[in-house]
Amino acid sequence: MTSARLRPVHLVVVLALVAVSFVVGMVTGAARISPGQVAAVLLDRLPLVSLDTGLLPVQESLLIELRLPRVLCGALVGGLLAVAGAGYQGVFRNPLADPYLLGAAAGAGLGATVVIGYFGGTEALVPVAAFVGALAGVALAYLLGTAAGRRGTANLVLAGVAVSSFLAAAQTFVQQARVDELRRIYSWIMGQLIADWGQLAMVAPYALVGIVVLLMHARLLDVLSVGDDEAAALGLHPVRVRLAVLVAASLATASAVAVSGLIGFVGIVVPHIVRRLAGGGNRIVIPLSTLGGAAFMMLTDVAARTLVSPAELPIGVVTAFVGAPIFVLVLRATRVVTP
Amino acid sequence: MTVISARGVVVTLDGNRILTGVDASAGAGEWLAVIGPNGAGKSTLLRTLAGVLRHEGEVTVDGAPLGGMSPRERARRIAYAPQQPVLPSEVAVFDYVLLGRTPHLGYLAREGRHDRDVTRDVLRRLDLTGLAGRRMGALSGGEAQRVLIARALAQEAAVLLLDEPTTALDLGHQQQVLELIDGLRRDDGLTVISTLHDLTLAGQYADRLLLLVDGRTVAEGPPARVLEAATIARHYGARVRVETDPDGRPQVRLVRPGG
Repeated sequence: MTSARLRPVHLVVVLALVAVSFVVGMVTGAARISPGQVAAVLLDRLPLVSLDTGLLPVQESLLIELRLPRVLCGALVGGLLAVAGAGYQGVFRNPLADPYLLGAAAGAGLGATVVIGYFGGTEALVPVAAFVGALAGVALAYLLGTAAGRRGTANLVLAGVAVSSFLAAAQTFVQQARVDELRRIYSWIMGQLIADWGQLAMVAPYALVGIVVLLMHARLLDVLSVGDDEAAALGLHPVRVRLAVLVAASLATASAVAVSGLIGFVGIVVPHIVRRLAGGGNRIVIPLSTLGGAAFMMLTDVAARTLVSPAELPIGVVTAFVGAPIFVLVLRATRVVTP
Repeated sequence: MTVISARGVVVTLDGNRILTGVDASAGAGEWLAVIGPNGAGKSTLLRTLAGVLRHEGEVTVDGAPLGGMSPRERARRIAYAPQQPVLPSEVAVFDYVLLGRTPHLGYLAREGRHDRDVTRDVLRRLDLTGLAGRRMGALSGGEAQRVLIARALAQEAAVLLLDEPTTALDLGHQQQVLELIDGLRRDDGLTVISTLHDLTLAGQYADRLLLLVDGRTVAEGPPARVLEAATIARHYGARVRVETDPDGRPQVRLVRPGG
């Protein structure tokens, strides 16, 4: 029997996957450090716990100051993009909706490009500009899409396309004007995971609000899946629920974009794999996508760091390279099960 | 006693006036069938009574105006089953019917044991227990129609609005669904307002008929009074003969030209 609610076994499996991905992310790198030593270093940081890790101070600081924030950044970005994708897909009742659908990517791209192009020295401004740009892009699309007063979602998608094209054009214009900064702009666009506690702390509150609001609205998205009229007849404000989910998903997307640039694929593929393997209700897809996205991105980052070591691949390239074959495998494996 | 009543309802959609001052009312345990030619505004009237359309005029439930109610309050009093429901194909029947409990839950609350008990009970009464685990996408037209009614019943509202509950059904399933609705209003005292395009069916099951033409009421009353050959000829442009059953219900038959 299919069920709209999350089954504990699925949750346990995905949590285990997250744990394994975390450990793999922490032990991978030039300096050889075992999982036991990683655990010891982390436990040693807890109050009232004092362990002999057997590591040099420089190794410990490498773990805490570089690897840990990087792995956590991967987990956060992956979880955010996947849950935002699931949220957008719920609102638009379309599994192909993407976290970047309503102009978040183009807005963030323009914001980051302007800052890199004209305020080149101020690295710390880039995530702020990307964050603000992403939210501004979505807000613009929402205002345009609902200005006609109609309740449906088609106008919203069209407005998203128009806003995205416009902002992308503006971004190209800035790039042309600042050709000498092209390399930095492109490296941002291709996506990278930062290893910086400060930036993580900056987006964490927004990320958390986005994720929590999406988790809380999962059941309401299920109600919304019967259509606006019927959802209204069941006592819902369809427009309000949709707005709440869109705001939360856009906050999540903006938070992810701010610390990682543009990373495609995750927001569509992770929810899709979850739907295939665990079931299609939003109360399954939203929580499992959050966790699955985190695991997916931590593992993808391991690939990005090791495939051409000592150099690194852009993470956005790897998500597509690694993700696409996994996606095809899951599609093939479940083709018979889902009629 | 009047449970639901509409007075002077005017509805404009996309600049077109669909309803131009319609009155309608139904009491506890009563079945009102809204009939009328295509495009008369039957579905619009039902959606207005369900509270999902902006309208002028007043609709009241148990004497309280619909306009002053929150959607949740409204949904606890009025259940609505549309003519063309959106059926999420991957959802199980049980979970779909459970959605009917939404008006009884807080905004972010989850369904509890009582909600599942109500759902199970409704499925049992509608003879759907065996389908509880089936995907919505795997149901036949008749099964889907019954599941839709089950979802409306899970709302435990006193008023049941059904838009063409029999359109997609064969004769046997039509009878099954209509008898089911008839039983529900008799046993539970539900107020039923349905649109029905089959005039004979409407005359057989409803207590009163409301004939809607071009967004206005042109006739209202017991089936035998509304279903007159002259009335039908005028508003449907159809040549019919109306015969009366032994139990006094009118039967509408088409008359072939030249016949």
